[in-house]
Amino acid sequence: MRTIRHRLAGAALATAVLVGGGAWAQSLLFWSTQANPVEEAQAMRDQVLAGFDGDVDYQSSDPGPFLTRIQAELKAGKGTIAVVGTLHGDFAAMPDDFVDLGGLGLAADAVLPPLLEVGQLGTGEQKYVPWMQATYLMAASKQALEYLPEGADLNALTYDQLIEWARTMAEATGGPKFGFPAGPEGLKHRFFQGYLLPAYTGSMVTEFRSDAAAEAWGKFKELWQYTSPASPSYNFMQEPLLTGDVWLAFDHTARLAEAFNQRPDDFVAFPAPAGPAGRAFMPVIAGMGVLRTAPDPAASIKLINYMLQPDTQIATLRATNFYPVMELELPEDMPASVRASGPAISAMTGAPDALPALLPVGLGDLGGQFNQIYIDTFERVILANQDIRQVLDSQAEELRRIIDEARAPCWAPDAPSEGPCPVN
Amino acid sequence: MPRAMPYLLLLPATLFLAVFFLYPFVLVAIEAASRDGAWTGENFQRMATHWKFVPALRNTIVLAAVVVPIQLALALAMASIVSASETGRSTILYIFAIPLGISDLAAGLIWLAIFEQSGFLNSALAGFGVIERPILFLGYQNPLMIFLAIVLAEVWRATAIMMVILVAGLGLIPKEYSEAAQVFGASRWQRFVKVTLPLLRPSLQTALILRVILAFEVFAVVVALGGTNFPVLMGETFEWQFTLQDRGVAAAYAMVILAISIAFTLLILRLLHVPKEART
Amino acid sequence: MTEAVADAAARGYVETRRAGRRVFYAIVVLLCVWVLLPIYLLLVNALSAPAEVTAFPQRFWPSFDLGSISFFVNFQGVLRALWNSVQVAALTMILSIGLGAPAGYALSRFDFRGKEAFRFLVVMTRAFPLPLLALPLAVMFIRVGLDDTIVGLALVHTTLALPFAVLITFSLFSGIPVELEEAAWTLGCTRVSAFRKVVLPLALPGIAASAVFAFVISWNEVFAAAVLTIENRTLTAFLLQSLNVSPLPLKFAGGAALVVPALLFIFAVRKYLFAMWGIANR
Repeated sequence: MRTIRHRLAGAALATAVLVGGGAWAQSLLFWSTQANPVEEAQAMRDQVLAGFDGDVDYQSSDPGPFLTRIQAELKAGKGTIAVVGTLHGDFAAMPDDFVDLGGLGLAADAVLPPLLEVGQLGTGEQKYVPWMQATYLMAASKQALEYLPEGADLNALTYDQLIEWARTMAEATGGPKFGFPAGPEGLKHRFFQGYLLPAYTGSMVTEFRSDAAAEAWGKFKELWQYTSPASPSYNFMQEPLLTGDVWLAFDHTARLAEAFNQRPDDFVAFPAPAGPAGRAFMPVIAGMGVLRTAPDPAASIKLINYMLQPDTQIATLRATNFYPVMELELPEDMPASVRASGPAISAMTGAPDALPALLPVGLGDLGGQFNQIYIDTFERVILANQDIRQVLDSQAEELRRIIDEARAPCWAPDAPSEGPCPVN
Repeated sequence: MPRAMPYLLLLPATLFLAVFFLYPFVLVAIEAASRDGAWTGENFQRMATHWKFVPALRNTIVLAAVVVPIQLALALAMASIVSASETGRSTILYIFAIPLGISDLAAGLIWLAIFEQSGFLNSALAGFGVIERPILFLGYQNPLMIFLAIVLAEVWRATAIMMVILVAGLGLIPKEYSEAAQVFGASRWQRFVKVTLPLLRPSLQTALILRVILAFEVFAVVVALGGTNFPVLMGETFEWQFTLQDRGVAAAYAMVILAISIAFTLLILRLLHVPKEART
Repeated sequence: MTEAVADAAARGYVETRRAGRRVFYAIVVLLCVWVLLPIYLLLVNALSAPAEVTAFPQRFWPSFDLGSISFFVNFQGVLRALWNSVQVAALTMILSIGLGAPAGYALSRFDFRGKEAFRFLVVMTRAFPLPLLALPLAVMFIRVGLDDTIVGLALVHTTLALPFAVLITFSLFSGIPVELEEAAWTLGCTRVSAFRKVVLPLALPGIAASAVFAFVISWNEVFAAAVLTIENRTLTAFLLQSLNVSPLPLKFAGGAALVVPALLFIFAVRKYLFAMWGIANR
């Protein structure tokens, strides 16, 4: 008994020491959803942030804890987060909770003006400043190239050729070899919003239920026959590419990077295919913002300015496979993934039929539900095998409800609109 | 003093749970029943009319209905083995208890490594020459296989907790009862069914209730093995809370999880009623 | 004649017993393999080179490539996170037993109004998804200054572990005959000293086992840890929450880095797991 009492007293003492010890947080907290894979987070700390004059605590979390923490700080009215680093969509969901960075000594002159404008979220205030950017590409293992349809140019592929390619490969090897990131954390919705649908309809929202959209879904259904059935559990295509389960895939550049870095000679990167309306593609923009509850906005700005220096931007590219948000000459010794995807990105954005699709603007916290429209359409048409026409009609109603509720005007590639973007 | 005694003993735990559970719980419950500050059933209506609600509810309940009985049988077997073995008892108990220390995330990881297309199961089958090229076990056209994999992983991961509770319960049953039954010529099986099981009822009840409640919150293993192919209630709660950012609907889902847990707990309490005189 | 029959019967009995033993051992071995094999496979992957982890067919024995594991060992702040995890888990253990065991004792020894209701409500606290409770709790902690402290997180983990502690100690105390206590009273013990001298020694191993639960629950909890700790991250929040988006080899190495300490902990307290059984052997 004496020993137990002794231990309890010890525990109480330890408790007191711990409570007292919790208050020395002096470093700047960089709260992020990006560079979440452990080795990227580590590279952010060691290679990117180590050069900052001051102590930075870089913490990257899953969306759940990330959001909960931010909401808790906003609700409590005081916080420890100095800089929030996340994707455009998260900022767009709560523009009112971020301060205007414009008047606070922000040094963002080098940042590409169109990107900077996206960071205003249509408010006229600099709600976030672009931090880094990426896009989606195709990747194939060298053995897949043997089955490339005759006459097809890797840098000017069409969706029909892609289907043909996937079919030939499936038939020749005895199993589907095309892979698609349709897992729970996969970025499938971006493919439909920014690639497949605009390529056929020239639109992301307005032509959602058009005949051209139905054709696009029909094509995807065709492609799905030659798509690995494990796709609904793929989040990152680099792994099935490396294991050889998949020979040909579509994904975010950062989620293909490991394949190029581990076996640079075995894989090639190339632009997304084109449809009748053009070669649609979508950028990914990650930004940095300061919450209205940030402890010391001036210090936060200092950190943001550091992140926008050319050297830091290049270090960030090495660490995360996200590209700089400014015009920069890249050094020769970049990782294999950058050397592979860089030319493919240029070929895609510079193609004669290039059709850039922008990230959704003005949806506020309905952004998640907007994405869900495309995911639900996919799951119903492809996985549940429901009738395309009926699904498009019912999902279009849901889409209109969201756009109307948010009163969001059209964004590219849809033509600008007065009032909410129409869903025909 | 004696009459106040039990309440005094309960007081610390009660106060603690009031502050750290009841208070946040009430806030979430209010969120479930209101929207923009007004009372409404809209959250529940939205939840119930969403096309994934019914599959998620069905999957969660079916999974629990399959997993828990298997675990109960296995846990009883393991607990009996532990109490019946003469040599190496502590080693066996330690080995059986190992999954206790493994989080659901890690368990999902382990079983994914087994069932993946280039995983251990396919490697073993290929090694024995059973198959020529790897089979895709977890494909979306193969819901039964996904279900089976989830069941295996859950049984592996969460049987230990029942086993440990039952071992403790078995240890408390005086040996004399069983010995008396043996004198009257009862077989091993008869002694187990007629003597041990009834006396084990309090522990069985505890083990079952805890296990069932946790089974309704199954999530990480399901996501690891089934991806989006196997929606469950907890997964939908996460989806609405964080991806769709609609806390009202997420709270409504949480209330549903709570409601079915209450329903099943009451059922277990009734089925395994421990009579008062047997409680001492 | 009768002697021979009896002899044969006896021999038959011994043989069936022996066969029974053999079946018994076979089952024990089978169950041990069932539990251990998946862990072994995890360790194989954790101790193999990245190229081997993604290769097919996979090897069934490790090549002892320590690349992936050493990544975690050299991870900046990993030791501190480990220490935080241990502190939170230990505090959770103390709190949940300190609060839970009295309640379990009250439930097993007294008849009072609201007893069943209390038992029921305590269990039901486990039936509600923690991630939703995390937001109001985090707001509360930030306001009162418990945010980002070991104690704050331990308090949350205690809400998770308390129902287990109450229920397990309840069935434990229920299994100790009240007559023993009553005998002690008649011998001049007070309620308190009877509890201390008679009940506690019997229950202590079981209490230790439920403390192990509390420890493991806290050790493995990710969500609250990720929200409520920043500077003082626990190992789980530090490693595990980003594992599902990390490359395959690191996933396994990180998984092993979390599993192994938990296994060592259970191994260290296995005596108590065993001692639970020992009560019946008294």
